[in-house]
Amino acid sequence: MLKLLRNLIKEPMFVIGMSLFLITMIAGLLGPSLYTASPNGMSYARPSAEYWLGTDNLGHDYVALLLRGLQNSLYVGFMAGIIATTIGTLVGLFAGFKGGLVDDILTMFTNLFIVIPSFVVLVLVSASWPEGRSLTLIAVLIGLTTWPWTARSVRAQAASLRGRDHISLARINGATNLQIIFKHILPYLASYVFMVFIMQVASGILSESAISMIGLGPIGEGSTSLGVILNTAKNNSAITYGYWWGIFPAAIVITMIVFALYLLNNSMEGVFNPRLRK
Amino acid sequence: MSSNIFSAKKISKFFGHGKKTVCAVNEVSFDIADGEIVSIVGGSGCGKSVLAKIMLGLYKPNGGEFLYKGKPITNTRDHWNEVQSVFQDPFGCFNQFFSIRAQLKDAFGILKNKPSKQEIEQRVDEALLAVNVKPADIEGKYPFELSGGQMQRMLLARIFALKPKVLIADEPTSMVDACVRANILDYLMKLKVELGMTIIFITHDIGLAYYVSDRIFIMHDAKIVEAGDPAEVTQNPQSPHTIKLLEDIPDINREWIKK
Repeated sequence: MLKLLRNLIKEPMFVIGMSLFLITMIAGLLGPSLYTASPNGMSYARPSAEYWLGTDNLGHDYVALLLRGLQNSLYVGFMAGIIATTIGTLVGLFAGFKGGLVDDILTMFTNLFIVIPSFVVLVLVSASWPEGRSLTLIAVLIGLTTWPWTARSVRAQAASLRGRDHISLARINGATNLQIIFKHILPYLASYVFMVFIMQVASGILSESAISMIGLGPIGEGSTSLGVILNTAKNNSAITYGYWWGIFPAAIVITMIVFALYLLNNSMEGVFNPRLRK
Repeated sequence: MSSNIFSAKKISKFFGHGKKTVCAVNEVSFDIADGEIVSIVGGSGCGKSVLAKIMLGLYKPNGGEFLYKGKPITNTRDHWNEVQSVFQDPFGCFNQFFSIRAQLKDAFGILKNKPSKQEIEQRVDEALLAVNVKPADIEGKYPFELSGGQMQRMLLARIFALKPKVLIADEPTSMVDACVRANILDYLMKLKVELGMTIIFITHDIGLAYYVSDRIFIMHDAKIVEAGDPAEVTQNPQSPHTIKLLEDIPDINREWIKK
C-alpha cells in the first residue's frame, strides 16, 4: 500500500491532478462559509478590486457564486458517482461471478440501460418533475442512469477471476457465494472500481452542468451549481453583451475539476495496471 | 453397494458449443476402490485436470454417470467435507490479500465438526512441520512473498491439516526439489495408512506414478487408453501412448534428446 503511494507520488500526472483536485475540494468545502459578499444591486458589474469576477444579473458577487456552485457541483458529482459505482459494481460482480442465467439476465438489463440514452432520460425526468428539483434529485437521477458502464466493465473483470484457482480453493474451503464475491473477488477489483468511481464523479459533474445549462437543473434557494451559473448567464444574454465574466470563470472551473479527475484516473491506471507500469 | 469411492460410467465433459466444442473428457469409465492410490498419467492437455475437477464436484459431467460412494454428488459442501484437493498452480491458489496462515485456517470452514480455535492453530502448526516449513517462517507472510515450491507445500499443508478421506492431488510436487518431494510423499503415505485415505494423483510423471500407486490410468486425448497395475503398465505397455510416455523419461545412461 505504501509502495503504491510512493509510486503514485513519482507520477507527475498524479501530483498535478491531485493538487488541482485538492484545491477545488478545499475551495468547494470551505469557500462558501469563508467568503461571503452581499449583492450590490448592480447588474453585471465589471470585475473590480471589490468584486474580483464582477457580479451577475442580480448583482451577486461571482466569486461567492462560483464557490457555492463548486460545492454543489461536487456534491452532485460525488453523490452520483457513489450511486452509479455501487449499483454498477454490485450488478457487475454478481453477473460476472454467477455466470449462466443470472449473468444473461443482468447483462441484458445492463445493455437495456446502455441503449437508452441516459441524457435523454435525465432531460425527460427533470422536465416532467412536478416541482422543486433538488440537487439530490439530480444526483440520484444521474447515478441511476450512468451505472451500466461500470456494471459492464466490472462484470468482465469479475468473469475473468471466476475461473481462477483461488476461487476454486475458496469454494472447497466452504466459502459462501457472498464471501467469495466480497473476500476473493472484490479486493482484486478494488483499484479498478476506485478508478471507475473517479470517472463517474467526473461524468456526474459534467452531466449536472449540461442538464443545468439547458435549464433543467436544480432549482431553489442555495442550489446554485456551476451549470446553473452558466444557465443564468445564458438566459440573460451575457455572451451577446460581452459579459465574459458570466461564462468563462464557471466554464473554466468545470473544466478544471474534470481535468483533475481525468489526470488522477490516468495516473492511477499507470500504477495499478502492471502492464502499463514503467 | 460396493466399496467403490468413485465410479464413473461413460462420463464426458465438453466446453463451449457449436463448432468450437472442446471435448476434455470423452466417455471415460473407471472405478476407484476405497483406500486405493490411483495415478492418472498423461501429457499436457489430455483432460486429466478436468477429470480431477469432476471428481471434486467443481464440474458436472455433460454425460454419463458419476458416483461418489454409490451416489451422485448433490451437496458439494458434504462432498468437500470428505474429498479435498491440491490444485495444479500454486501461485494462483491463494488470495493475495490475506496471509497464508489465515487462509490455512479458513480451510477448516468446510469441516462439519469444526475443531476449536486452539486445535486449529495446533493442527496448522503440525501440518506445516509435516511439509518441512517452520511455522515461524510463514508467520505474517502473504502468498506473493513465497516461492513456488513453498506455495505448493502450503497447499499440501492444507491437506495435512484437514485430513480428508479422499485426496485428489493435481501435480502436487511439480515445483519442489527431489528431497522435499520424497519427504512429502512419505508423509502422504503415512497419512494414507493412518486414515485409510484414498489418493488420486494427477501427474505427467510416470516414474512417480509407478513408485506410489496401486493402479495407473494412462490418459490420452480425453480418453483413458490403458489402466492397470503399475508394474504391468510399465513393463508390458499395450497402448502406443504409454510406450511414448515411458520412452520420454529422461535417463542418465541413454541419449534422450536426439541431436
